[in-house]
Amino acid sequence: MNIVVLVKQVPDSGADRSLRADDNTVDRGSANNVINEMDEYAIEEALKIKEAHGGEVTVLTMGPDRATESIRKALSMGPDAAVHVLDDALHGSCAVATSKVLAAALGQLNADLVLCGAESTDGRVQAMPHMLAERLGVAALTGARKLTVDGGTLTVERQTEEGYEVVTAATPAVVSVWDTINEPRYPSFKGIMAAKKKPVKTLSLADLGVAPTEVGFEGATSAVVEHTRRPPRSGGAKITDEGSGGVQLVEFLATEKFV
Amino acid sequence: MAEVLVVVEATREFGVKKVTLEMLTLARGLGTPSAVVLGGPGAAEALAAKLGEYGAEKIYAAESEEIDGYLVAPKATVLAELVNRVQPAAVLLASAQEGKEIAARLAVKLDNGILTDVVGLDADGTATQVAFAGSTIVKSKVTKGLPLVTVRPNSVTPAPAAATPTVEQLTVSVTDTDRLAKVVERVAEQKGSRPELTEAGIVVSGGRGVGNADNFKLVEELADLLGGAVGASRAAVDSGYYPHQFQVGQTGKTVSPQLYVALGISGAIQHRAGMQTSKTIVAVNKDGEAPIFELADYGVVGDLFKVVPQAAEEIRKRK
Repeated sequence: MNIVVLVKQVPDSGADRSLRADDNTVDRGSANNVINEMDEYAIEEALKIKEAHGGEVTVLTMGPDRATESIRKALSMGPDAAVHVLDDALHGSCAVATSKVLAAALGQLNADLVLCGAESTDGRVQAMPHMLAERLGVAALTGARKLTVDGGTLTVERQTEEGYEVVTAATPAVVSVWDTINEPRYPSFKGIMAAKKKPVKTLSLADLGVAPTEVGFEGATSAVVEHTRRPPRSGGAKITDEGSGGVQLVEFLATEKFV
Repeated sequence: MAEVLVVVEATREFGVKKVTLEMLTLARGLGTPSAVVLGGPGAAEALAAKLGEYGAEKIYAAESEEIDGYLVAPKATVLAELVNRVQPAAVLLASAQEGKEIAARLAVKLDNGILTDVVGLDADGTATQVAFAGSTIVKSKVTKGLPLVTVRPNSVTPAPAAATPTVEQLTVSVTDTDRLAKVVERVAEQKGSRPELTEAGIVVSGGRGVGNADNFKLVEELADLLGGAVGASRAAVDSGYYPHQFQVGQTGKTVSPQLYVALGISGAIQHRAGMQTSKTIVAVNKDGEAPIFELADYGVVGDLFKVVPQAAEEIRKRK
């Protein structure tokens, strides 16, 4: 099975993050940049499928030069190759334009299965799998907590508000995974060394047949008008329980009319 | 005034969800709200009264087995057709998994911008979003097409505005590509009588400090006494104390209740990402240095196994 895993480099969600003052895009310069956490679960799932059914796993990333770090990190877990969509004109692209670019790249990769994380920790939009499926005319099975591959049939179990659903589709398809699906492996030393030699193909917008005017700020379908730092919450009263902490807590709740 | 389409979120059990009423309230600031019900046969009838109560002048009902039987794609097709026909001033969906997914497809179909996790909407379509674990407030606009936004639950207070909606049945014609992801089974899990986590006015969450799955009864008891929902930190979920669907924070749910009670939760940034915009935050933790106290309006440094039962007893006394 030919599997492509979408990997996005994001600023570390455990650190302080911000938007840039000059162009309102995510500040990737000041933050520690890492693989979007849920993408690691998608890589793990791809590797498990490859181990069980054979095939090839390719990592697909769209991002600036520095995304190479995340590509190598992803490859060190075990995928065979990577494709990096790299073009200066992409800076400032919205989700709709990003899906156009990724769909064009996927069009060249002949994937039976496209795996990705259910959401990124920076934008948390959750839109990409369905945007890609819409463009490619294939099924999207999203938010999987379990994925079963049986020949060309994919079956996914996904959490809903009321319980869970079981959804099936034939390949080719896009599947997004939640972090409940597996436990990603750590790259081995051998894996890290091997990753340095794995092929990383770079594709430009011209290679994909996408005009620079369709992406970036020029092609964006939405724009940030302004952004402000929210004043940090300040802690209020803090008491130490000396036997009546529970009662004091309820007194506070009563003053706030919750009790 | 131009129509504003509000895509209805409802459950079989409880009917119209609160976020739908919030969307109808927001929609009235931009135009005349029309509710869109996308569901199985007969879905709209049960919801009509409530939708009218909150200002829906019109209800578009797309009711078909095909809508229910496949994942979101048929809903997006029906909605795109409706948008093209009525040319609304805006389209509002709930910022939950399905709402975001329908919006994503609609954005591509219409080549239209999309804004998610919106907490406020101005008359000119400018949306307010909260980003990066609640640390940044962003004002954004759709610059291509109409404002297509998904609204985060608990963003505004629903305000009634009685209307008598007319109902228009939509013809549902879906394509073969809409039938690619087939729902073969829907399993309802026991939920009890607690409010839904993202919509609840009060959320009581437990963390690693709760110690084990059995002790979560303590969290549940306090939640029930306060009429709230139960949440859990990732540490608690990863340790198997509580199911994943109740996880609050990064890779879990984002909640914004009036009151958030954190029990035995240290307050890692990934947890704060999911609860930082709560109106009032209360914390109980034995570690006085825990970061959760930096955001708590009221904090008790102490053993939650002593503080919580005492608080529960005190609430009972006062009832």
